[in-house]
Amino acid sequence: MQLAEQIREARSKKEILLMTHLVLGYPSFAVNREVIRQMVENGVDIIELQIPFSEPMADGPMIIKANQEAIANGTKVADCLAFAAEMAAEHDIPFLFMTYYNILFKYGLKDFLNKAKEIGIRGFIIPDLPPEEGEEYLRLVKDLDLAPIQIFAPTSTEERMRTLADHGAGFIYCVARRGVTGSKTEFDASFDAYLARCRKATDLPLAVGFGISNREDVQVLTGKADLAVIGTATIRLVEEKGSEAVGPFIAGLR
Amino acid sequence: MNKPGYFGQWGGAYIPEVLYETFRELKEIYAKAKADPSFWQEYVDLMGSYSCRPTPLTHAENLTRHFGGAQIFIKREDLNHTGAHKANNVMGQGLLVKRMGKTRVIAETGAGQHGVACATMAAKFGFACTIYMGEEDVHRQRPNVFWMEKLGATVVPVTTGSRTLKDAINEAFRDWVSNMDTTHYVMGTVCGPHPFPEMVAWFQSIIGLEARKQIIASHGTLPARVYACVGGGSNAMGIFQGFLGDTEVELIGVEAGGKGLGTGQHAARLASNDASPGVAQGYKTMFLQDSDGQMRDTHSVAAGLDYIGVSPLLTDLWEKGRVRFAAATDQEVMAALDLTIKKEGIIPALESRHAFVQAFKEAGELPSDQAIIINQSGRGDKDIFTIAHAFDDPSWKEFIRKKGEEYATR
Repeated sequence: MQLAEQIREARSKKEILLMTHLVLGYPSFAVNREVIRQMVENGVDIIELQIPFSEPMADGPMIIKANQEAIANGTKVADCLAFAAEMAAEHDIPFLFMTYYNILFKYGLKDFLNKAKEIGIRGFIIPDLPPEEGEEYLRLVKDLDLAPIQIFAPTSTEERMRTLADHGAGFIYCVARRGVTGSKTEFDASFDAYLARCRKATDLPLAVGFGISNREDVQVLTGKADLAVIGTATIRLVEEKGSEAVGPFIAGLR
Repeated sequence: MNKPGYFGQWGGAYIPEVLYETFRELKEIYAKAKADPSFWQEYVDLMGSYSCRPTPLTHAENLTRHFGGAQIFIKREDLNHTGAHKANNVMGQGLLVKRMGKTRVIAETGAGQHGVACATMAAKFGFACTIYMGEEDVHRQRPNVFWMEKLGATVVPVTTGSRTLKDAINEAFRDWVSNMDTTHYVMGTVCGPHPFPEMVAWFQSIIGLEARKQIIASHGTLPARVYACVGGGSNAMGIFQGFLGDTEVELIGVEAGGKGLGTGQHAARLASNDASPGVAQGYKTMFLQDSDGQMRDTHSVAAGLDYIGVSPLLTDLWEKGRVRFAAATDQEVMAALDLTIKKEGIIPALESRHAFVQAFKEAGELPSDQAIIINQSGRGDKDIFTIAHAFDDPSWKEFIRKKGEEYATR
């Protein structure tokens, strides 16, 4: 089943789906493994695995630190691929790779995508690869029947959103506000207007991320979006309270 | 045909979606300015009245005699207001900011020269200004930090990554994705996403346009060789553009050899075999990175050359064999200074001195009826702490010690 279809099916049973995120190798693969187990057991619907990169331009302080420390701890792309293979085989939910384009480019675009397909990854979020630069990527990902997730931003015009949606599959990642990951988002009238523009531009499911950190945020999104994306919040939680805090946190989100 | 923003296979615009509209607007305003001859005239007039342009081309007669070869000419970008070629780019972009109606500028800086130039432009045009500078560079270039702050800019020390220029660029982008409605990012070099490489090269082309006329006026013919240091590559692209069409003029880019190309502690992207193609900071070029695509730590005594990537324009010219690349080590750079000061009374910036080193190695090979040009991209007085330390100058150390005591007792 294609990712978009699978999301729609899951959505018919739940009011809103949860997508969570973590940085591979931070603080360690052992902690990643435990965090993912707790996420899956508590009903997370999709997990974004970020392969660390030394120049994470779109990320905020918390995720920058996670990227840096994962690399400093010796995390290699090959380790991330092996770990992702293990997770995809063990857990029955879709896993995506999130990373920056240089990781794919340096590995060899085609080899990376083939490998991802082989280990059961379902799609990719590459924030520094707009469709204008990603022609070959888009073609290869679609040939593999995987999802090249496209990103909408509050600054995107309706025409631009339609162009992006044409290139996308799986779902659309709607960045909730300007800025980088990890700080608070205000869900005001202009946010609602933005989501309405997103909805109008595509039939694909909508995920909303950036600054979603608690039950109230998820509630605000319920009925407006298909997926709520929890990123920095769980990384911070693991840092402050350890991996065992993840399960109750996820269970309390909806 | 090439895709827009590409030079051969290098360049592009690998930007997050949130900046798509901002770049669309920037490309539009840049294209309009480029098509409007009155804009270039306004720029040249401004640089004439505010920044000492045209900068002189100095015939270095004593150095010429010393090496006994080619006639050595020095293009004096150090005589720009704020002491470096960086003034050209910031004033040009400042005029575009006025046209866009934005009220705030941000910039990255390595050596601090671009930061000082940008803060100066902001003061003159009435823009708010924030400068991102790697924490390591804040320590290396303290006098420039002082001036940026006095000029009214907020200087933010960047503590992520290797705490140098690349990290300052990342932080500037992170600011920009939040504040693009009011803010323009004044990228300091011919790197980053399209249209920055092309646009900054256009503003810097004023160096080459002048130098070509000046060398013909004073020497009668074109130079045999032109030398420029290369960090991101803006002063090099500036002067090279005056001679790109003259195939008899050899163009030489000089990168930071740091502690030596064999040590891995350098910033030589094109002069070493250590770099490979990659995509980072919004563009595709040759980067110093590992086999996973993680950027390496670079090293140079010159903060302005201490950078992982290099202009896509220069990578293309290198690949096509139009520009030759060499590297000068930290040690060679310190040795060249004494000669330039004593023979000509000229103090080049640590960055610019890399170009002098290579020119000095080659000047003697050429006959005396030929000329070479060295682009002195900036002045060296900003480096007084680094240079005095390297010279282990006793009276300077005494002065600092006394100042320290004076402040400690207050």
